Amino acid sequence: MLRQFWIAYLTITRKEIYRFMRIWVQTIIPPVVMVALYFIIFGSLIGQRIGEMDGMAYMDFIMPGLVMMSIITNSYGNVVSSFYGAKYSRHIEELQVAPVPNLVIVLGFVTGGLTRGICVGIAVTLVSLLFTEFSVYNPWVVLLVAALTSCLFALAGLINAIFANSFDDITIIPTFVLTPLTYLGGIFYSIRMLPEFWQQVSLGNPILYMVNSFRYGFRGSSDIELLTALGVIGFFIALLFGICMYLLDRGIGIRQ
Amino acid sequence: MYALEIKGLRKTYASGLEALKGIDLQVEEGDFFALLGPNGAGKSTCIGIISGLVNKSAGEVRIFDLSIDSSFIRARSLLGSVPQEFNFNNFEPVEEILINQGGFYGVPKALARERAEHYLAQLGLWQHRRQQARRLSGGMKRRLMIGRALIHDPRLLILDEPTAGVDIELRRSMWDFLEQINDQGTTIILTTHYLEEAERMCRNVAIIDNGEIIRHSSMKNLLRQLNSEIFVLYLRDDIAEVPRLASFDNVRLLDYHSIEVEVHESRSINDLISELAALGIVVERMRNKVNRLEELFVKLTAKNDKLSLA
Ligand SMILES: Nc1ncnc2c1ncn2[C@@H]1O[C@H](COP(=O)(O)OP(=O)(O)OP(=O)(O)O)[C@@H](O)[C@H]1O
Ligand SMILES: [Mg+2]
Repeated sequence: MLRQFWIAYLTITRKEIYRFMRIWVQTIIPPVVMVALYFIIFGSLIGQRIGEMDGMAYMDFIMPGLVMMSIITNSYGNVVSSFYGAKYSRHIEELQVAPVPNLVIVLGFVTGGLTRGICVGIAVTLVSLLFTEFSVYNPWVVLLVAALTSCLFALAGLINAIFANSFDDITIIPTFVLTPLTYLGGIFYSIRMLPEFWQQVSLGNPILYMVNSFRYGFRGSSDIELLTALGVIGFFIALLFGICMYLLDRGIGIRQ
Repeated sequence: MYALEIKGLRKTYASGLEALKGIDLQVEEGDFFALLGPNGAGKSTCIGIISGLVNKSAGEVRIFDLSIDSSFIRARSLLGSVPQEFNFNNFEPVEEILINQGGFYGVPKALARERAEHYLAQLGLWQHRRQQARRLSGGMKRRLMIGRALIHDPRLLILDEPTAGVDIELRRSMWDFLEQINDQGTTIILTTHYLEEAERMCRNVAIIDNGEIIRHSSMKNLLRQLNSEIFVLYLRDDIAEVPRLASFDNVRLLDYHSIEVEVHESRSINDLISELAALGIVVERMRNKVNRLEELFVKLTAKNDKLSLA
């Protein structure tokens, strides 16, 4: 039985990875172009006027956040479009009729999203080398935070796809929730610059913890304690995972 | 042990529509079984529940004595299903669709590839194996879905209108293929609107109408209920009005040289021909108006409609 599930898991994962690799021009290149533009505009042009942020050049300050932003949007986007696409064209039924536990389905799609997130993260990091020289304070923290963040947003994308009934529904959350939270998540500024009240509000934004712990991995300094950040990320992963399992078990959005 | 056993199965859709009103069904292992019924009767709903695409509202479904609820992993491994509507990824190459479906069932890749090649060859899809599925014709897509349903070697195969939109030559080769699969021991359940197909292949039959099973018997016994048949007779000479026949009262004029006559089982064709001959009418050729199962089906489901209206 375990071997059977393992093969099923590998099949889902392989399909998911092939899917975004085959269309790499649409999946890997856009975030790279976008981040290059951010570096040119905010880093080189405006950044020089800003000077230092948290004791580092502005370009160096935004670099981890930009990588993190790409990871977030891509792991989310991978799962939401793949799973909703499968619902829309009905080939999700291939999985539904098969003896595949929902756990395996969730793990397979999340691994797909994770892989895309990491691939894009690596590509974007390489591009940022063109604009800034950076050292890595603790590569393990960088990798761990990148992986956990990818998982979290892959799960979020899956939930979005389960509820989605149209292609519009898969852009609403990214546009109205994800993007604002990301921009307000301390990518472009240190929350220490904010008035006390807004600092507190910012602490309610989960993305803040990811960006900061990621920055910690690169720079060794951050607005937030590393363990606190990991705890928050872990909590959200557990929560979203639970929601995914509940929804799939009930057949919400996929079974009448 | 039954290959499929259904007890008190009900389905009410979110819209409030009661698609299945408590049906019971048993299909013997090794059977070739027809599930018939008019459009909207509830066939696909029933198959959807069996294969895990639709949530049931009440009742029990067992596949080779395994509950689809408590032993769904083992139950589903034994079942292959061909849905009514195409549900593969149009952009996936044909061969990949089969191999990946095998993967979902836990079939190792090498074995899945071997089986895929076997079925692609048998189903006449070999030269299209590298093409994206959307480039197949409708009939090829149907065959692709049959191959996909067989990739994990199921013991029970359920096909929801597998021959819809398939030309007659291809339909015949599909029949041969399915009969061969059945001979090898796979139980087959099939829905179809081509009743000659059911009559030719299926040993047992259930007729479902309005969410209820109105007949469940062997094909032979069912056809025995048909106590009359309608024949179309082509006449040598034109006639102007309906001939008056002593022992046949249900006669209709189709055009000037053909008539339709209902022949009760207590009468013989001979009687009919001689009565016509006595009136100077010569019959050149004749044929059954529709096939027998079709006639019975229309009677049964029409009667049921009237009952439900009353
Ligand atoms: N998703 C759904 N939501 C609401 N009602 C549905 C749904 N699917 C089917 N129905 C209704 O349930 C009834 C049974 O439909 P079903 O598809 O099972 O019929 P069928 O016997 O397969 O018909 P056909 O021969 O046309 O394929 C119909 O009245 C149909 O309108
Ligand atoms: Mg149907």
